[in-house]
Amino acid sequence: MALILFLIVMAIILIAAAIYAVIQKDLLYAVLATGIISVVLSVFFYLLQAPDVAITEAAIGIALTTIIFIITIRNTSRNEDEYSEDHIKKF
Amino acid sequence: MKKYIIFILIAILGWTLAQTFKAIPFGADRRGDLSNPNKVAAYYLRQSPETLQTANSITAIVVNFRGFDTLGEVTVLFLAATGLASILYRKEEEDKTEVERVSLPSSSLVRTGAKILFPLILLLGIYVFVHGHLTPGGGFQGGAIIATGFLLMLITYKHFETNHNVMVWLESLAGLAFVLVGLYGLFMYGSFLQNTKSVGTLNDLISGGLIPLIYIFIGIKVGTELTNILDILLKIKPGREQ
Amino acid sequence: MTDFNELFIKYKDLITLAVYGTAIMLIIIGLYAVLLKKHLVKIVIGLSIIDAGIHLLFVAVGYIQNGTAPIFSPGYEQAANRMVDPVPQALVLTAIVIGFAVTALALSLVIRLYKHHHTANIDQIKSLKW
Repeated sequence: MALILFLIVMAIILIAAAIYAVIQKDLLYAVLATGIISVVLSVFFYLLQAPDVAITEAAIGIALTTIIFIITIRNTSRNEDEYSEDHIKKF
Repeated sequence: MKKYIIFILIAILGWTLAQTFKAIPFGADRRGDLSNPNKVAAYYLRQSPETLQTANSITAIVVNFRGFDTLGEVTVLFLAATGLASILYRKEEEDKTEVERVSLPSSSLVRTGAKILFPLILLLGIYVFVHGHLTPGGGFQGGAIIATGFLLMLITYKHFETNHNVMVWLESLAGLAFVLVGLYGLFMYGSFLQNTKSVGTLNDLISGGLIPLIYIFIGIKVGTELTNILDILLKIKPGREQ
Repeated sequence: MTDFNELFIKYKDLITLAVYGTAIMLIIIGLYAVLLKKHLVKIVIGLSIIDAGIHLLFVAVGYIQNGTAPIFSPGYEQAANRMVDPVPQALVLTAIVIGFAVTALALSLVIRLYKHHHTANIDQIKSLKW
């Protein structure tokens, strides 16, 4: 019974983190939410008897994907609604 | 207007997916007859311990039964790394400014911790890809873990540099060795990436014929490749180009 | 594990909804982000969410009731009749690694576009010339 309750809580966290990642305006928080998706997803894979896939998702999804998104945000803009200076000058 | 069309399209897609997966019951046995295999899943599950003596049947599929696909996958990874390097390329002659990977120096606690953790992470990665045919894990996972260890050093120490030549040579030699193992199968047994006849006994470290050898090469290649991708991305020059 | 088997039969609809429903919801949320968001990083985030949903769907299709991981141990060579389908897992293993490579390539393109156009908003990037 506890396992099924755990599965449903995991599913709710997964969907909530996905919605948060899409609607959040601050991109750094959105990227961290995709990291949470990967953590919960690897637990899901373990429960579905796929330890190989769980290890892959843990190593690649959590660490490497998150860090390349963060590097991209460092080199671009952090705020989603930010308009460039050229654009503001034009109008 | 565009928004509503997209909402309708997404709703149609969701409904179609829901209807499709209603017809595929969750948890039903779709592997076919195991004693007399008529589907690939049953065939692989039977052949993995019997003829290949490989404990982890996923490794047997990835490296042996679908080995050619894995060669293609490694090629795609290599092409992606090459494409990324050429997209982010900047001429060294025009621009000799030193790029700092991290703007703030890390504290001595982080530096000491990273120094202790780095060899342990490398050891874990090597363990994962050497034991790929016995336990969950393998070349791709082990390579990713090794890249994570290098990432820790790259963002902790300002002056830590991976030797570019060593990395390139390791990557090229590992990729070449994978193809050479495939050609060995072609010349000895008549088909590309064919496994050897003597495969050892189940659950030994040296079992599964050529499977551990190929996974070690994949592990080295993936580890160096992902480290190179992270190194290139961390060295992007800040500011704008004209 | 008979306990879990009974629970699985009793709450089969709920478990099916929790696994398949989550995967389909992830695909839909990711597609929404790809189609309607304006910021390029948000679009790549949407692509990685679609990836996650598809991986979950694939692994869930391969699961069998009361199954174990497809890894043999000495003395249990006949345990194959309880093992889950290994083929979708091998495919997902490939897909995760390729997904990372594609994400890295897409993000490098985003960085170059931002450095050239000084914006990552697709409505403001109008000229096709680099």
